[in-house]
Amino acid sequence: MFPPIPNPSVDPSAVTPRFGEKDIVRRSASTVEPPAQRLTEVAKLIDVTKCIGCKACQAACLEWNQLTEEIGINHGVYDNPMDLTENTFTLMRFTEWENPETENLEWLIRKDGCMHCEDPGCLKACPSPGAIVQYSNGIVDFQHANCIGCGYCIKGCPFNIPRISKVDHTAYKCTLCSDRVAVGQGPACQKACPTQAIVFGTKEEMKGWADFRIKDLKSRGFENAGLYDPQGVGGTHVMYVLHHADKPSIYAGLPDNPRISPIVETWKGITKYMGMALMGVAAAAGVLHYLVAGPNKVTEEDEENAEKLTSGAAVPPPAGPAGNEGRPT
Amino acid sequence: MSAHDPNSPVPTPADDVQSGDAVHPGHPVTVDRYTLAARINHWITAVSLVLLALSGLALFTPRLFFLTGLFGGGQNTRILHPWIGVVLFCSFALLFIRFWRANLPKRVDAEWLARSGDMLAGREEKMPEVGKYNAGQKFVFWSMSALILVLITSGIVMWDQYFYPYTTIEQKRIAILVHSATAIFAICVWIVHVYAAIWVKGTFSAMTRGRVTGGWAWRHHRKWLRELVGKPTTTPTSRGTGTPAE
Repeated sequence: MFPPIPNPSVDPSAVTPRFGEKDIVRRSASTVEPPAQRLTEVAKLIDVTKCIGCKACQAACLEWNQLTEEIGINHGVYDNPMDLTENTFTLMRFTEWENPETENLEWLIRKDGCMHCEDPGCLKACPSPGAIVQYSNGIVDFQHANCIGCGYCIKGCPFNIPRISKVDHTAYKCTLCSDRVAVGQGPACQKACPTQAIVFGTKEEMKGWADFRIKDLKSRGFENAGLYDPQGVGGTHVMYVLHHADKPSIYAGLPDNPRISPIVETWKGITKYMGMALMGVAAAAGVLHYLVAGPNKVTEEDEENAEKLTSGAAVPPPAGPAGNEGRPT
Repeated sequence: MSAHDPNSPVPTPADDVQSGDAVHPGHPVTVDRYTLAARINHWITAVSLVLLALSGLALFTPRLFFLTGLFGGGQNTRILHPWIGVVLFCSFALLFIRFWRANLPKRVDAEWLARSGDMLAGREEKMPEVGKYNAGQKFVFWSMSALILVLITSGIVMWDQYFYPYTTIEQKRIAILVHSATAIFAICVWIVHVYAAIWVKGTFSAMTRGRVTGGWAWRHHRKWLRELVGKPTTTPTSRGTGTPAE
C-alpha cells in the first residue's frame, strides 16, 4: 500500500499556500522570468489495473469543485456523462476489449482528464495573457478571469480535454486540485479512491511506485504492462499504469504518441513570425516606394486633354503598345 | 502585341462603363465614378475590414493582444470578431455584384502587367490605356474576393459558439491555420489597395464625393473616359451643357 497523505493540519500556518504566482514557469501569451527556485514536480498516478470503476473520483471531483452535472439519460453504457463537460473534469471511460491472445474479455476503465503536460498545447495555443499558467511543480491551471472563451486551448490540446462553458464562456478542465495541493493535500479524486488506483506524490515517487506495480503485473502475466508518461509532450503530471502499455489507444482512444499538433505548431510558430514580417514588408515597401518614386500626380496637361476630349477637340489618339505619345502643346 | 482598335475613337465593348458613371464637361472636367450607394457599400466594407484586422491581429499574436481594449476586452473581441466578419462578407458580396463585370480580365491587362515596372517608376505615359480598372485594381478585387470567401468558410469552422459540434478538432485546427494565413494575405492586399489610393493623387475623392477630375480619368483610365465621352446617353444628371459630347 502506498502511504496515504495525512489529513491537513488544523494549525493556521498550514493554510498558507505552498505555491502561487511566484512559481509560474509558463504563462499563456506572455514571457515570464523563470523562478529562481523550482518546486518539486508532483504527479498523479492512475493505476488502471486497480480501478474498479466505482466513479468515486468523478463524484469527489464534482463535490470538491462545487459542480453539478446535468441529469442525463442512460445510453446503455457505463459512461456517464458520455463525454467530459465544463462540469465533469474527470470521467470514467469504459471499454470492453477482447484480448486476441487470450480471447478474454477485458474491461478497461480509464479515468480521463487533463494530463498536465510538461509541454502544454493548451497554453501554447492560448492568445490571452495569463489565462493558462504552469507552475514549477508541473500543474497546468486555467485562470478564468483572463479567459476569453476563444477555444484555442481545445485545438492545442493533444488529449481533447478543455471544454467551454455555455454559462460564462470560459474554458474548464481538471486543476489537479491546485488549491488542495497548495496546502499539502492530494487531489480530491485521489482522496476518494477506495482501491488506491489513484495515488499522488512527487513525480519521482510516482515513477517508483509505478515500477513496483509494473513488476507485480509482469509477474502475473501482463508482459506489456508499463507506465504511460508520453515524451511527445515532455512527459505528463498525470500518468497511467496500463496492463497493455504497448497499445494505449485501446483505453478509450488514449493517444499512442501524443504531441502538440504540427498544424498548431505551424500556426503559432512560422505563420505568426512570417505573417507579421510579410505585413511589415508590405507596409515598408509602400513607404519606400513613396519616398523614391514620389506621388503620382495629375498634370495640367492631363486636365487640358480631358477638356479637349469632352469638347470634341483633337486629342492624342489611343496609343499602340510601344507607341510614345505625341504630346501636343 | 494586340493593339486594340487603334483607330476607333470609341472602343467597342463598353462593359467598363457602369451605371452612374458619367462625364461632366467644364473647367475642370469632372467624372462621376461611384454612386452614393456604391460608396456607402464600400465604406461599410472598409470599416468592417479594419475592425476585423484589429480584432483578428489581437487574437493572432500576444504582442497585439492589447488591441482587444478597443473592443471592450478579450471576451467582447471574441464575440464581436465573427459577427463583424458576417457584416464584411455580406457587404463585400454586394460590392462584388456591383463591380465584378468591370473587373473581368481583358487582353490589355496582360500588357499592363508586363509594363507594371514603368507604372511603379512613374512613367505612366508608357502604359496602355485602360478601362475603369487596371490590372492592379483587378488583382486587388479578385484576390480580396477569393480571400474573403476562404476567410468566411474557415471562420465558420472555428466559430465554436455556434458551430462547435459540426466539425472535428482536427478540421478546426486546419481552419484556424488557413484563417490566419489567409488573413495575413488579405491585410497585405489591403495595404496595396490603401497605398495605391495614397500614391495616386486625386483618387480619394472617387470614394468620398464619388467623382474624379477629368485629368485623373485621362491619366489613369483613359479608355474608360473615352467610352464615357463616346456614350452620350449616360449623362442623366448632366450639370454642364445639356448637349451630349459629340
